[in-house]
Amino acid sequence: MSGQFTLAGTTLRSRTAQATHDERLRSSLERATDRFVAGRSGALDQLEAPDELRSAARRIRHDILADLPRIVAAFADRAVANGAHVHWALDADDANAYIAGVAQRIGARTIVKGKSMVTEEIGLNHLLEHNGYRVVETDLGEWIIQLAGHTPSHIIAPAVHLDRHQVREILQPEAGTEVLDSEPEHLARFARRTLRDRFLAADLGITGCNLAIAETGSIVLVENEGNGRLSSTAPRVHIAVMGTERIVETREQAALFVDLLARSATGQAISVYTNIISGPRRDDEADGPDEFHIVIVDNGRSELLGTEFAEALNCIRCGACLNVCPVYRQVGGHAYGWAYSGPIGAVLTPLLAADQPESGELANASTLCGACMDACPVQIPLQDLLLGLRRRRAAAAHKPEKALWRAWAQAWGRPVTYRASLKALATGRRLNRLAAMAPGLRRWHDGRATLTPAARSFTERWQAGER
Amino acid sequence: MRVSLFVTCMVDLFAPDVGFSAARVLHAMDVDVDVPAGQTCCGQPAWNSGFHRDAARVAAGSLAALGAALDEHPDGWIVVPAGSCATMIRVFWVEMFELTHDSARAELARRVAGRTLEFSEFVDRFADRLPVATTGEAAGGSNRSPVAYHHSCHMNRELRINDAPVGLLDRAGVGRVEWAADERCCGFGGLFSFKLPETSTAMADDKLRSLPGCDTIVGCDTSCLIHLAARAEHEGRPVEVRHLAEILAAAVGVVEPASVVEPASVVEPASVVEGVDTDERPGASR
Repeated sequence: MSGQFTLAGTTLRSRTAQATHDERLRSSLERATDRFVAGRSGALDQLEAPDELRSAARRIRHDILADLPRIVAAFADRAVANGAHVHWALDADDANAYIAGVAQRIGARTIVKGKSMVTEEIGLNHLLEHNGYRVVETDLGEWIIQLAGHTPSHIIAPAVHLDRHQVREILQPEAGTEVLDSEPEHLARFARRTLRDRFLAADLGITGCNLAIAETGSIVLVENEGNGRLSSTAPRVHIAVMGTERIVETREQAALFVDLLARSATGQAISVYTNIISGPRRDDEADGPDEFHIVIVDNGRSELLGTEFAEALNCIRCGACLNVCPVYRQVGGHAYGWAYSGPIGAVLTPLLAADQPESGELANASTLCGACMDACPVQIPLQDLLLGLRRRRAAAAHKPEKALWRAWAQAWGRPVTYRASLKALATGRRLNRLAAMAPGLRRWHDGRATLTPAARSFTERWQAGER
Repeated sequence: MRVSLFVTCMVDLFAPDVGFSAARVLHAMDVDVDVPAGQTCCGQPAWNSGFHRDAARVAAGSLAALGAALDEHPDGWIVVPAGSCATMIRVFWVEMFELTHDSARAELARRVAGRTLEFSEFVDRFADRLPVATTGEAAGGSNRSPVAYHHSCHMNRELRINDAPVGLLDRAGVGRVEWAADERCCGFGGLFSFKLPETSTAMADDKLRSLPGCDTIVGCDTSCLIHLAARAEHEGRPVEVRHLAEILAAAVGVVEPASVVEPASVVEPASVVEGVDTDERPGASR
């Protein structure tokens, strides 16, 4: 693991608390997630049997995972036959070193990037900029946060934490003497004009990859701005970076996932640009790069195969679970601390960033309300995975925490001691003001009215004959 | 017909009247109600925290109590006036005992799960046993101001019980307002409310802000209701919260003059045992 890890030295509570105090952030999140949720429902309602499609997608993903190494190898063979260079990267450093090597060999100066979460995961920009390259993110949201020095706060809408006035402030320095206003359309037009020159100046284009099709050796790039198409065709070299699990076997499967992805992500029946890239420019073609590289990044994924957490690899990065998550809605993506946020981030981060001790805590960033699983286009049982992560964490908990649970279990495991503890709580209810001072209970009382146990429990009254 | 009530620790400790209301509704449906001795908690706090062994230790006692009740009345039902505890019993107990390699208890848990219904689910399933007058305006429910119904998460998404409680409210003649956020989590989440209190209260605020022109929330989980009420009160905008059982108990009380229930005060049983200070309602208070 490497990459931009911002968790170090912070706690989940401190990060989430800070976010909840940011009214501007919360109103941006509310607006965006409401819009996404409505879009998604509308787009799925157009389908005859969306839930059956989701079940089918889950089954397909299950079968693919069961045979993942073979299918990825078949994809790689086919891609090489198509003229691509394929690099298997064991981890982030490996992937970054390969990409930096290509940039150096071709003498690149300007690098344009299409939106890619896996390059956020491995912290690619950081390395390339450190090596002196001019790296330009070309997805509008990514460009905005790059200029602002932020990390993405949403899987598909990286600048969702900003409102249009903040975006204007961030873009203004790029405009020189031209004065920008906060009209989204004007800002987008400015970005389009400015980025066009960067595309033409770029030597190297780096994109992500939504799907890799084994039977054709193609990658599929789903986007709405055309920046993915320009990044992959205008520069003389194109590098696509993909997580090992992006793979599907057939074109039919790819079609199903493209359908589910667009509807679940943005509420579109199909994205504006769906690029299928099957190799570098051929001799009879006018456009396209001279070199095409595919970097297959494992970075801990293979270790999940065959474990209770394998289904986390089924994620198609649509962001639907973020939009429906009541926790994400309040705190946004940065509070999660890594590339992936929301429920899937709370699952992936402890798994893929396991070497960071602070990552384990993310499994607690959920009330287990289950809205994520209902929204997931491939039906990942996110709350079950979160529970599994909590069990793993509990097994490694410190002795005092374990002792506390054991004591509770011993008291409430027996009716006599259970009733005695209820009695004690009821008797002590007059001491609530005192109890409110206890550090643990203050976590309740600081934001909520005091809870008063009943004077006599139900059991006590029922046993006394009350009906 | 026989029902064994699994009271749940939240109701036992914080809202005994919900338990009595549930029993009263069941009595009105001509059901024999018992409360199996030996029950405590379903183990959910530990289960949700990842301490499944401790959860199983606690649940084992409750499982034994419910299993014994089923042995005595194999055709009886176990009714739980809490969606999330019903989910624990129906969905997670078997998995939990399998995780602790306790196949005998897993087997018993499977049998118990097959006979367990959430309160509104039971009343809805056997609604033909409800006193006739609860099916309309005469129920007296229409006297009260409209309410908003909160769909608690586990009940809604694990048990998929969402039409039953709403249908019962309508049937009782209680005016109901549509609530756009009715399926959004209230932010309680058990220990979540202690681990991330700022997020938890922000979620409650979000939910409460969206409440449309009414000040009563009805639900089937005491825990969510207490959380919302405690937050609303802390913020100086109190809301009234009622468990569905309390609303229905008031409705059936109207048609049973012999009953000891006073329709206006659904939360306090009339047959109060001496010594209980009735002016102090348990639950959220400052």
